[in-house]
Amino acid sequence: MSANGTTAAPILRLSGINTYYGQIHILQDVNIEVGAGELVSLLGGNASGKSTTLKTILGIVKPRTGTVEFAGDEVTDKRTSYRIGQGMAIVPENRRLFGPMSVLENLEMGAYLNKDGKARTEDFDRVYELFPLLHERRAQLAGTLSGGEQQMVAMGRALMSRPRLLLMDEPSMGLAPILVERSFEIIKQVHDAGVAMLVVEQNANMALSIADRGYVLSTGRIVLEGKAADLLQNEDLRKAYLGR
Amino acid sequence: MDTFIQLTVDALTLGSIYALIALGYTLVYGVLKLLNFAHGDVFMVGSFIGFGVLQLLGGTSNPSVPIWLLLVLVTLAAMAGCAVLGVVIERFAYRPLRDAPRIAPLISALGVSFFLANSMQLLFGAEPRNYDTFSLSNGALYLKGLDIGNVRVSLLRIITISSAFVLMIVLWFLVNRTRTGKAMRATSFDREAAAMMGIDIDRVIVFTFVLGSALAGAAGVLFALRVPTTVSIGFIAGLKGFTAAVIGGIGSIQGAMAGGLILGFAESYTQGYISTKWSDLVVFSILIAFMIFRPQGLLGRAEIRKV
Repeated sequence: MSANGTTAAPILRLSGINTYYGQIHILQDVNIEVGAGELVSLLGGNASGKSTTLKTILGIVKPRTGTVEFAGDEVTDKRTSYRIGQGMAIVPENRRLFGPMSVLENLEMGAYLNKDGKARTEDFDRVYELFPLLHERRAQLAGTLSGGEQQMVAMGRALMSRPRLLLMDEPSMGLAPILVERSFEIIKQVHDAGVAMLVVEQNANMALSIADRGYVLSTGRIVLEGKAADLLQNEDLRKAYLGR
Repeated sequence: MDTFIQLTVDALTLGSIYALIALGYTLVYGVLKLLNFAHGDVFMVGSFIGFGVLQLLGGTSNPSVPIWLLLVLVTLAAMAGCAVLGVVIERFAYRPLRDAPRIAPLISALGVSFFLANSMQLLFGAEPRNYDTFSLSNGALYLKGLDIGNVRVSLLRIITISSAFVLMIVLWFLVNRTRTGKAMRATSFDREAAAMMGIDIDRVIVFTFVLGSALAGAAGVLFALRVPTTVSIGFIAGLKGFTAAVIGGIGSIQGAMAGGLILGFAESYTQGYISTKWSDLVVFSILIAFMIFRPQGLLGRAEIRKV
């Protein structure tokens, strides 16, 4: 794996993952690494297995074979709450905000495992600094916000736990183009602050333009991987990306 | 006017007990999307635990502690006992079926309901148990009270209504202001997203059963303070609590409170102004009307199917 520039101790490593839903073989021998502080894109079309990969990383779905290592610790059989406690966080597909709860309460849920009051105040300050609008709207119910504002809440909520690895599931989905750009600017900003990220996207150009490396997933297999710059040039990408 | 005041006090008494039961239904439905049909029987067990503790403390004729303390201890014991019962039910009857089709835990709930009603009958027999709060207080709970016009609102009613409301305020505080309560609301809204925040869903579910069952236990005691209890009251109490929860909008906490009170008022005014025989007819007609014209209930949200 050294060929593609991964640093010595990856923060996340999926090795030989095979995941099934009943009899259906979803992920087939998937190997993915994210180095500390690295920004990796996972590309793929509909039903390519992107969401299942994220669920496997989070422990919502258990692989039949293979291992998930996070920060040097094997977490394959650990529960989701343990993994979040170790420093994973996710901005889920379609944001999945807690609609009937206020913006403030949504952010509190992001910091659910962080019980230390002082650290929590700092986290709020940090998130409000990144998204001043959220401070303004903190008492408003999350379900009543616009799509762009909701995206900010979802990002802020994930950042509340001071993640070491931030997973992003289709950050561009359902957003107006201007908001997609803004969204990717924020991703870059968070990454520049030293947080490792795995960004799952259909929007290959946008995702690769900010990534260090990328993987292309097609019908449950990794069909292409490499440096983002190389992938952007790759003739096969389009083909693989469209899933044959 | 006096009749009206009397009926209104009756309505509040009955309604607040229904509301406590309905809250248990709605809380559990919120996090598990399960209609916990054993809930009425937990209420029944609560009334029996209360009776048992009352006997242990000397019974009605010779209580070993002051009456106010007696009532507090009886209520707390019923709440604690039911909380444990709720946790046990969840652990053995529902958790193994967490990922099964929704009909499976529903049938399991009915099974638990029959199990509780029948094993209680086996253990304690079918005869009614009377707390006999009249003798207990030398009549004070019934004869003393607050005068509104020509109507005396008995101490017992004041205690019943105010305890129920205090419990509802405590619940409101727990759900809206504590970390675990907020996690419970988040879990109700979107279980998977809540898990993604690191919320331990199993713990939240246990907490929900503790809250709901404790409220049922308290309701069981408040009910049995006025009316003798039997092992078979669980069915009708559960049905009324369920109806209240559905009218209010199942899953909604304020809805359950409102639904309980609506039921109490409907029953009480029907009994007072029309006929006692009609009260159940009116109550369940309201349910049917809601099912037809507003199936999501007063404060519930319509289920949105994601595509």
